[in-house]
Amino acid sequence: MRLVTAIIKPFKLDDVKSALEAYGVQGMTVSEASGYGRQRGHTEVYRGAEYTVDLVPKVRLEVLVEDHDADAVVDVIVKSAHTGRIGDGKVWVVPVDSVARVRTGERGPEAL
Amino acid sequence: MAMELSAGDTAWVLASTALVLLMTPGLALFYGGMTRAKSTLNMMMMSFASIAIVSVLWVLYGFSLAFGNSGSAFYGAFDLSGLGSAVGQLTNNGGIYGIPLLAFAGFQLMFAVITPALISGAIADRARFATWCVFVGLWVTIVYFPVAHWVFDFGDKDAAGNITGAGWLAARGVLDFAGGTAVHINAGAAGLALALVLGRRAGFKKNPMRPHSLPLVLLGAGLLWFGWFGFNAGSALGANDTAALALMNTQVATAAAMGGWLLVEKIRDGHPTSLGAASGAVAGLVAITPACAFVAPWAAVVLGVLAGIVCSLAVGLKYKLNYDDSLDVVGVHLVGGIVGCLFIGFFSTTAVNSFGANGIFYGGGAELLGKQALAVIAVISYSFIVTYLLGLLLEKTMGFRVERDAELEGIDLAEHAETAYELEGVSGGGFGGSPALTKTKTSVRSDEEVSA
Repeated sequence: MRLVTAIIKPFKLDDVKSALEAYGVQGMTVSEASGYGRQRGHTEVYRGAEYTVDLVPKVRLEVLVEDHDADAVVDVIVKSAHTGRIGDGKVWVVPVDSVARVRTGERGPEAL
Repeated sequence: MAMELSAGDTAWVLASTALVLLMTPGLALFYGGMTRAKSTLNMMMMSFASIAIVSVLWVLYGFSLAFGNSGSAFYGAFDLSGLGSAVGQLTNNGGIYGIPLLAFAGFQLMFAVITPALISGAIADRARFATWCVFVGLWVTIVYFPVAHWVFDFGDKDAAGNITGAGWLAARGVLDFAGGTAVHINAGAAGLALALVLGRRAGFKKNPMRPHSLPLVLLGAGLLWFGWFGFNAGSALGANDTAALALMNTQVATAAAMGGWLLVEKIRDGHPTSLGAASGAVAGLVAITPACAFVAPWAAVVLGVLAGIVCSLAVGLKYKLNYDDSLDVVGVHLVGGIVGCLFIGFFSTTAVNSFGANGIFYGGGAELLGKQALAVIAVISYSFIVTYLLGLLLEKTMGFRVERDAELEGIDLAEHAETAYELEGVSGGGFGGSPALTKTKTSVRSDEEVSA
């Protein structure tokens, strides 16, 4: 099993969610996050003064999938979250040792 | 000026008193919305504390020190202490008014309440509450009560027509109808002094420290605007032509100032902000305050636009000069007050108010402008110097600024053991389990449960 984690632009969440549902993903966890990558934050002007804002608001999306789905799920996310502008985000995949469903106690791929 | 009590005049002054009282809770919302969520309550408490402290001191000796009968040119006297001897008297302020002296005392109390509250915006997020309370009591005693006497006390007129005990600026013919000097310039200069004594907040100029609730700011600005009709039109101390002029001028100057501020933002920053709309309205209210009964309504529009533009540019000064006037008391109240007071020197006309004077544009020459400038300089100097010394004394003795950790964690929790918003991170505060909910069969089921 794999854990796919994506950091995306907040306004892209609906697109990514729909695309994942269309692919057949059963569930996901979404949280608000903030951070920066190579774009190094941005500047904003407020009340006539300019500020550098390091941490840009992002959405963090996590999906547990079976090994053979991982690459396809990454593709779905990359396509649906893409705008071509800086700050589009990142997607990474890590192996998962074990998964349990709390309600039934099922283990492994059955619990996905 | 009736020699006996006028029911109409008294009714208007009593109603105005209630209107002006509402300005202080309105200010608490205006300022409270502008702070970050972690220091909202402390900000609002500074205004409410002013209501509590100043009201009591006003009855004990404050009104007497500002308007006492046997006073000098610089401060009143203690002859009206406790206000017992004021009961049953008519108001005598450069002439007899048909309103009870207690109605006048109540009306003027509300000015004394809001002035220190205005200062609090300069020291958001970082002032110890106990020290603030002591500061308010001492500040009104040595700054507000005397300065109110200078500007608002026109002396007692006896049966022979002699006037005694007038404040020195009032006696010179300075025109300040409702408190551009005694209230706004006074609070603005004091705010600058305290901002310097307390120093900059952690993160000043690095972190935008955006307002946590702009709807609260707009609500507060709306309440201030509403109450300000009492502040300005009530200062006529009667239901008359002067009150009507003051009311109309207040409305149009405020509207025009909002437009002026938003125009600057649109041109300079690209976006007209709601904070700009609220700030612009207040800048207009401040600027028209001294001038509201001395200029024609069209001139009030000119003053409003001018105040909106000048104040919106003035709030940027703190970044250039590096003082943390957190909520722009200097940029709005000090600068707006100066604009309004000096504007009178140009646009004042006896055509709208026979008790006024003619400014430069009405053939009066520069004499009036000179008087206005004198009042501005006198109040700024006195307020700034005395407030700075008082602030320094309190910082050295009681400590005025909170610890850095408390400031970062949030002054509400550190000083008041409360937070403005009890929003628990998980389940809106229901984390820990709600037995009722677990027993209730909900109609919403996940796909997974349906298929299982």
